[in-house]
Amino acid sequence: MSSHSTVSLKDQILNGIIKENTIFKLALSLCPSIAVTNNLKNGVFMGGAVLFVQVMVNMTISLMRNVIHPKVRLPIFMLVISGWVTVTQMLMAAFAPDVYAKVGLYIALIVAFASILARAEMFASKNRLMPSMADGLGMGIGFLFALTTISFFRELVGKGSLWGYPIIDTKPVLLLILPAGGFFAVGILMAGFNWINARAAAKAAAKAKAALAAH
Amino acid sequence: MEATKKEHELIVSVSPHVKSEETTSRIMWTVSLALLPAFLSGVYFFGLKALFITALCVVSAVVFEHFYLKLVNKKSVVGDGSGFLTGLLLGMNLPASLWSFSPFTVHVPIIATFVAVVITKQLFGGLGYNVFNPALIGRAFALISWPRAMTIWMTPTASFLTMDAKTTATPLGILKEAGMSELIKVFGDKVSLYEHLLTGNRAGSIGETSAIALLIGGLFLLYKKYITWHIPVSFLGTAALIAWVFGQKGALFAGDPLIHLFSGGMMLGALFMATDYVTSPSVRKAQLIFGAGCGALTMLIRLKGGFPEGVMFAILIMNCFAPLLDRGFRSKVFGAVKTVKEIKK
Repeated sequence: MSSHSTVSLKDQILNGIIKENTIFKLALSLCPSIAVTNNLKNGVFMGGAVLFVQVMVNMTISLMRNVIHPKVRLPIFMLVISGWVTVTQMLMAAFAPDVYAKVGLYIALIVAFASILARAEMFASKNRLMPSMADGLGMGIGFLFALTTISFFRELVGKGSLWGYPIIDTKPVLLLILPAGGFFAVGILMAGFNWINARAAAKAAAKAKAALAAH
Repeated sequence: MEATKKEHELIVSVSPHVKSEETTSRIMWTVSLALLPAFLSGVYFFGLKALFITALCVVSAVVFEHFYLKLVNKKSVVGDGSGFLTGLLLGMNLPASLWSFSPFTVHVPIIATFVAVVITKQLFGGLGYNVFNPALIGRAFALISWPRAMTIWMTPTASFLTMDAKTTATPLGILKEAGMSELIKVFGDKVSLYEHLLTGNRAGSIGETSAIALLIGGLFLLYKKYITWHIPVSFLGTAALIAWVFGQKGALFAGDPLIHLFSGGMMLGALFMATDYVTSPSVRKAQLIFGAGCGALTMLIRLKGGFPEGVMFAILIMNCFAPLLDRGFRSKVFGAVKTVKEIKK
């Protein structure tokens, strides 16, 4: 059952942030990333909640991996996930009630996130505690990074403010804080993210080629 | 070697199949020519501002298209006139009042053109591949992003140099806010209202006001066989029917279809926007349904929706269905073998 991960913890974390970024690369969980990201505060809190749930779920599943019967693994995963989502919900309702009032519905929806169940099934149930935690951390940070970028962009351009404080005085592009603008923002940022990645890959390939030629 | 090889390469693209570059650019310039009467009428009624706004859109459309194609290492096709036409259509769909420096709204047409040409057209693969009408997406983007600036309507003055004009409501705006009797009162009587709507002496977007000028352009395109009657007739017919049946509150069959046909962007939409080759179906039966859908949605928005005008959203919604309609009503291939199902019948 335990096929040991050979990659380093750092690479495991970076994998979730760049190579398998939930939103920009896998295009999963787009519903919340469009629904809650019309201001930076909501985006960051939502991303934080997902980060917390992802790490805790990965760790729990990893610790339980040897006692879960394979036939009932999915219901067990769901139970664990909903347990941690409930914890998150209660924490948020207690310490950030104003944000909870706005994104509460989507926090509950974390239960149904494909990305969280997928990491539990594909990674945490087959790996030991530390790699699983690193994987959850990477995936969660990747999600938080994506949501922060999207909501930063949308609030700045759509409302001219950040974290609720006004920044620019001119008339902003109102469309970006509306649902339709979410698609524009995600599309543009996804293209930008992939463009940077492709350039970096091309550079690395050129470097490797040059090194090979010099050799 | 290279050149001859290129010439013999077979390029399979989506319909309609245009035989050469020459034909594409010919169509584009002819449609632009057909828009000329309506554009001139807009300039006549709204003056220099209308000219500036349209010119701004045309120039930025051509510039954006050229630089985008350069950026992605494609051949610049500025000469084919499609960028020019997109800019012209977009400019004619904007209010002339956007040419204003305090409050500053000159950036609105530029950003709208960018959305139209780069995001709606080029990012989807360029001419022939865009799902939505570029000019209408540009306008929708502007209307949603700057709702205040996009609904300041100049009173038509017919004096060319007037730069600081009074503002007023569009006929459809009055109809929505105050009702039919108020609309007739504003224009004097019913005959005078029709007269204003036909000539274009009323508030509205630059190129949408003069029904006569638009009809001249539309008939020219029909005569040249660049468009067929199917989409405009089913569009206008359905809209007129719904306006007649449901146009009057509280009574059926008492509405005034003419007011709805000649106001707002109905003529411009039915004759020039909905008939766009790329974003409308090419099968005749599908075109009839496409037009009817546009007309019905327009009237639904006008009579029941929050906006006074619905032509733009109606056409954009039907654009989504164009490929589906084409597939559903595809004509039978000549000489094709009957399927088992058909033989059984």
